[in-house]
Amino acid sequence: MKRTFTCIVCPNGCEVEAEYEGTQVLSVTGNLCPKGKTYVTQELADPRRTIASSVRVQGGELPLVSVRLTSAIPKARIFDVMEIINRQVITAPVHIGDVVVKNILGLDSDVIVTKNIEKA
Amino acid sequence: MMHKQAVIVGGGPAGLAAALRLKEKGVNDLLILEREQKLGGILRQCIHDGFGLTRFGESLSGPEYAQRFIDQVQQAGIDCITDCTVLDITGDKLVTAASREHGLLQIQADAVLLTMGCRERTRGALATPGTRPAGVYTAGVAQNYINLQNIMVGREVVILGSGDIGLIMARRMTLEGAHVKGVYEVQPYPSGLPRNIEQCLNDYDIPLHLSHTVVDIRGRERLTSVVVAQCDERFRPIPGTEEEIPCDTLILSVGLIPENELSLAAGVELDPRTRGAFVDEHCQTAIPGVFAAGNVLHVHDLVDFVSLEAEALADSAAEYLLAGSLPACPLEVKAGSNVGHVIPQRISGTRPFTLSLRVRQPLNNVSIVVRQGDREVLRKKMRKALPAEMIQLPIRAEKLTDSADMEVCVE
Repeated sequence: MKRTFTCIVCPNGCEVEAEYEGTQVLSVTGNLCPKGKTYVTQELADPRRTIASSVRVQGGELPLVSVRLTSAIPKARIFDVMEIINRQVITAPVHIGDVVVKNILGLDSDVIVTKNIEKA
Repeated sequence: MMHKQAVIVGGGPAGLAAALRLKEKGVNDLLILEREQKLGGILRQCIHDGFGLTRFGESLSGPEYAQRFIDQVQQAGIDCITDCTVLDITGDKLVTAASREHGLLQIQADAVLLTMGCRERTRGALATPGTRPAGVYTAGVAQNYINLQNIMVGREVVILGSGDIGLIMARRMTLEGAHVKGVYEVQPYPSGLPRNIEQCLNDYDIPLHLSHTVVDIRGRERLTSVVVAQCDERFRPIPGTEEEIPCDTLILSVGLIPENELSLAAGVELDPRTRGAFVDEHCQTAIPGVFAAGNVLHVHDLVDFVSLEAEALADSAAEYLLAGSLPACPLEVKAGSNVGHVIPQRISGTRPFTLSLRVRQPLNNVSIVVRQGDREVLRKKMRKALPAEMIQLPIRAEKLTDSADMEVCVE
């Protein structure tokens, strides 16, 4: 099988032409670095993404604080993870790196705060 | 009246990086003026990750990237006034600003650093026909509402323009439960980065319709539908291809314009191609001691390169302040065939610099060729060159001559 992948690892966004069978990558061309092959291999076997969102903050200078995942989760679980993130409410002050949800849904990824929000 | 060695107009990524580098170079008498209540500029609302891959080797969110610079600015004890609007800059570098805390400020600067960033093109700039209902937003405004103010802008969404912010917002709104019906782009190619097409649209099965535009906006109080149509190669809608799409929200991601009203007031001349200042290799405008970098100079794709450009600016500004002047840049840099614009537009021919450019249309298997007269300064082969991606090339001093203008072509 042949397919062209757009590598999303870095802003180069290489168009990687891959030959593969099942989840076995036979050859890749068009990638500027080895991460292109790793990406295609991962994408065929178990596509993963990180996501960013926001969580409500009580008593803060802003009503929301931005959050992100510390590592990529299976693409198919994105909306499950969003549902958990949407239920969170935290109290100011919060700081970059604070963990909002540890090991979300057992996916080996934490939801962390990405902005400092002080008390209003 | 206050006096400062350098006044930095705008505390976003460019202003913060420039301030830090100036301080490192021994320029201590600095002031950052920021319009918002917090430093960080547009990064505060860019909560997605992917920032800092070049600079820090990690994928940070916008607020995290900004905070790394803000922390250093605070540690370095650099003066900042937030919630402060600069009203005027004169050609003699007298800066007038207004702040609730300090009232009217007048600051005589030895150097002024223009780091005001850019703003979005709006519906008015497109002259899209139709009614004027609620529900039509630029992508950055929608991003501000959703990410900073906890206001969801709509449920059934159409996006016009495939700029990166529009793509990012397509994903963001989908994650927040909206239904993004499609992205319509008047050009035959996307204007955002390929990786954003992949991870923001393809991942969520959001269709991208190239060579399409919105030809009518309908609804009285709130938007009820838009009419889209296919366009010909001259961007004219093709009669008979119209399709009405029910929606309550239209997001516009149709380009960014450097924010140069203050630059114009100071007498800085703008390049109609970049809509930012004409600058020399020192990021210096035609007014000695007035410098520009970041999105106010030319719109960037990546903040990492904004920081780098601002640091290069600060190196030159420090030299200007400590030595009193910078080497003259009498040679012109011209945008040749297939090149949309170049930065800088003037060089000395004796010093190394970074050349930034964008191609006019997507091209495959081309060479970027930099010449001075008959002399080839640099030739770089590229498998693909896209208008969405700024190309930056370091130019070495020993390759240059100080006796001929430069031309940059894509062949």
